[in-house]
Amino acid sequence: MATIDIGIQEREAQGNQGPRKVNDFSIQVATVNGSGSQSANSVLLRSIFQMGVPVSGKNLFPSNIAGLPTWYTIRASKHGYVARKKEIDFLVAMNAETANEDVMTLPAGAVCVYDEPLNLNQLRTDITFYPVPFDKLVAPVCPDAKLRRLVKNMIYVGVVDFILSIDLHESENAVARQFSTKKKAAELNMNAVRAGFDYAKATFTKQDPFSVEPMKENTGKIIIDGNAAAALGCMFAGVTVVTWYPITPSTSLIESLIEYLKEYRITPEGKATFAVVQAEDELAAIGMVLGAGWAGARSMTSTSGPGISLMTEFVGLGYYAELPGVIFDVQRVGPSTGLPTRTMQGDILSVAFLSHGDTKHMMLLPSSVSECYTMAMEAFDLAEKFQTPVFVMLDLDLGMNNWTSTPFQFPDKPIDRGKVLSAEELTRLGGFARYKDVDGDGIPYRTLPGTQHNAAAYFTRGSGHNEKAQYSERPEDYKNNIDRLARKFETVRKFVPAPVKEEDGTSKIGIIAYGTTHWALVEARDQMEKEHGIKTDYLRLRAYPFNQDLHDFIKRHDRIYVVEQNRDGQMHQLIRLDVAADQVTKLRTVLHYNGLPIDARSVTEDIRNQEGK
Amino acid sequence: MSATTTTPTPSPAPKTNHAGLTVLDYRGGKTTLCAGCGHNAISERIIDAAYEMGIQPENLVKLSGIGCSSKSPAYFVSKAHGFNSVHGRMPSVATGVSLANHKVMLLGVSGDGDTASIGMGQFVHLMRRNLPLIYIIEDNGVYGLTKGQFSATADLGAKLKTGVVNDLPPIDTCAMAIQLGATFVARSFSGDKKQLLTLLKAAFAHKGTVMIDVVSPCVTFNDHEGSTKSYKYLKDHDEPVQEVGFVPHFENIDVDYDPGTTTVVKMHDGSSLRLRKLEHEYDATNKRAALDIMGASHEHGEVLTGVLYVNTKAPSFTDLLNVVDQPLGQLPESVTRPPKKVLDQIMAELQ
Repeated sequence: MATIDIGIQEREAQGNQGPRKVNDFSIQVATVNGSGSQSANSVLLRSIFQMGVPVSGKNLFPSNIAGLPTWYTIRASKHGYVARKKEIDFLVAMNAETANEDVMTLPAGAVCVYDEPLNLNQLRTDITFYPVPFDKLVAPVCPDAKLRRLVKNMIYVGVVDFILSIDLHESENAVARQFSTKKKAAELNMNAVRAGFDYAKATFTKQDPFSVEPMKENTGKIIIDGNAAAALGCMFAGVTVVTWYPITPSTSLIESLIEYLKEYRITPEGKATFAVVQAEDELAAIGMVLGAGWAGARSMTSTSGPGISLMTEFVGLGYYAELPGVIFDVQRVGPSTGLPTRTMQGDILSVAFLSHGDTKHMMLLPSSVSECYTMAMEAFDLAEKFQTPVFVMLDLDLGMNNWTSTPFQFPDKPIDRGKVLSAEELTRLGGFARYKDVDGDGIPYRTLPGTQHNAAAYFTRGSGHNEKAQYSERPEDYKNNIDRLARKFETVRKFVPAPVKEEDGTSKIGIIAYGTTHWALVEARDQMEKEHGIKTDYLRLRAYPFNQDLHDFIKRHDRIYVVEQNRDGQMHQLIRLDVAADQVTKLRTVLHYNGLPIDARSVTEDIRNQEGK
Repeated sequence: MSATTTTPTPSPAPKTNHAGLTVLDYRGGKTTLCAGCGHNAISERIIDAAYEMGIQPENLVKLSGIGCSSKSPAYFVSKAHGFNSVHGRMPSVATGVSLANHKVMLLGVSGDGDTASIGMGQFVHLMRRNLPLIYIIEDNGVYGLTKGQFSATADLGAKLKTGVVNDLPPIDTCAMAIQLGATFVARSFSGDKKQLLTLLKAAFAHKGTVMIDVVSPCVTFNDHEGSTKSYKYLKDHDEPVQEVGFVPHFENIDVDYDPGTTTVVKMHDGSSLRLRKLEHEYDATNKRAALDIMGASHEHGEVLTGVLYVNTKAPSFTDLLNVVDQPLGQLPESVTRPPKKVLDQIMAELQ
């Protein structure tokens, strides 16, 4: 990337509107929910992507079908930073309801493209305004008055293209892709983009420093959202039973999966190699998952916080009766209904110990769309290997937003179905005890219903049981069993994805983060070092339970900042439970919890303050 | 055997069914329920029916929720896999098992509390899916394990031992099941051996949801004067709507019947169910009429028993899923993991 950086800086120096800002700014589009702006925003994002510039998009939308305000932010970053940028550099103000406030919160030097009748240029003198008469422009390109409200949004794409020097051809390509199955709609929208571009070209003189210039950072890359990526992982994991109850922000995971399964998992005879059931609620969804897992299927569900709460009792059964199943938790803001369309890492503590009695569960913590894919596959292997529910903890930001990624790799190892005894093995062994720790790893052997052997059957129950799965209230039976479960959980530590570390051994400050918080950390660590001379080491957690790497990392540093997106420092609390008492005092928290994805600037400022710099 | 016999005679080979198994092969663990509990009689009838039908224990899965009733799957067919799940949520577990392996036969045992109160949400959706399974409610109108509180099937005006009177109307689980889409709905009484056994045998022949509400008196908490779920009350108020006969597919018996009084229903496995009219003009194949008569008789304090509704034509949930013949849970990786070229194609489309 270094050579490209130099090239851009050279051109920046030649700018005539103060220092030029090339490939390093954020665009925010403020529209009304349900007005079709999603297509326009996707086209804008993809146009920049196709120019080879690192780009990310985040949809900040309301819990509403149509009518409420919605914002979409696009960040172009030559450095490859993809976290939300706190400051908005370029606003497209299409929503009368929020326009004034949107303009007033812009930093000085920002740009505002707005719908001319809103007269926003009265509000500020320290930003550049570009008024556009959208209604006048849309009429000639869109004869059908009913469609104008939707097509209007495509006009701002053309306007922004001109102002930011985005290649109009790339937008045309993006429109063609967006409406690939609807030729007429593609044409209509392309005309709208061109109308915006032509108007801007004829009307505006460039007065702001922002522009896009081609780079080569996206060669071979894909754009996908985390939910679809997880769905792909599920399909390649060989999922066979999918049960679910719709809930934002997890719905699109299942909907993507259904599309993939229908396309790629139907036999030539037209029969499905999977079953998808929309259950009556989350209680039924998880009950079906566990029943199916018990009977040998690779089963899964996907939900969010409220669904997790409802699944609590069944998950305890899954832990105690040792039933495999995969649960995707696409976290949203709680408690209760909370902010259903906003993001949070809010279920970490409750999921770790979900249900009553002594229970603990595996959690996988993907940061990227690529990890959504790989961890989905790992989750199924782990669930069957350890015969227990496994949680994959996405959040709304990862699940519902589009991210760029290198293409996903085909799995390099076969599926692991765990310790399942066949009729032949039962004959050889002469029988089995369902909950006996034969191998010393805490993992017992199981049989599947339908196994044609008269020693295959056993009785599964959530009540007390001995090694032979017989009902038992004997104190030693209970203790032996629950201790074995603890042993099994210790074995898990060696098999879950290990943390990723970035350290050079010189810094005394360690940072721990996980999930989408990672992307703010990548940028914040650069900011801290460049702007404040604070050098940090970094450990990104990828699973619970933790392994020795975490303990060693904490030991090696004087101060540890656990950065996460919730109020109570949930991962911080989990780590405290795991580490030695003399290490606990090293732990500090950096917390972000307003519903918006975490940004680097807030992290940098928080740590700088705590470091007293 | 005579007491005077001096030489031991070889004991005759135990009787076997058409699967070559003895009735002992269908027994379960020793019951821990109260002596005289109706549930034990139901377990006995399940054993008899499974034996007489020649069910392979390895192909049977027993499921239950929580409560006295739900303990009973441990007391029959030990050679079948069993799953005692959580309170009121056996239907979802059963559904999951069926999704993973549509070839095993499912038999679920629930109670009136486990079904009509905490389990109502899952019960109604199970019924509307017509999932192939036998769902038995061991219905005694009270919560036994927590010592005798009323359940939602207790009749209006029924009295607890303590004198507490039930002032809420009962939920008729059979009427609900019929309305919602179950395709074999019956009511019986744990004390009516012959009827219950016949119904259970027919249940094993049906492909779809079989819902049998078996009034099963609780000898400890609900078998007294003033109870409407006592042995005595049932003896006085049990009104069979027909005489139920059943000829399994593997018995080639031609029994003469009068088409004027007897309806013959061909079951999925080729068995035939014969319903001979008694006093009631009851047509178990007519959903609306059945519901009407059930409603009216309830007002007279009658407990209608027998086959209340049967429909062997409706598609089952498994039919609707259009899945491959091999159970989904047993599909090999070569079938469940698409090849690399599929991933490459998807990646290319996302670029």
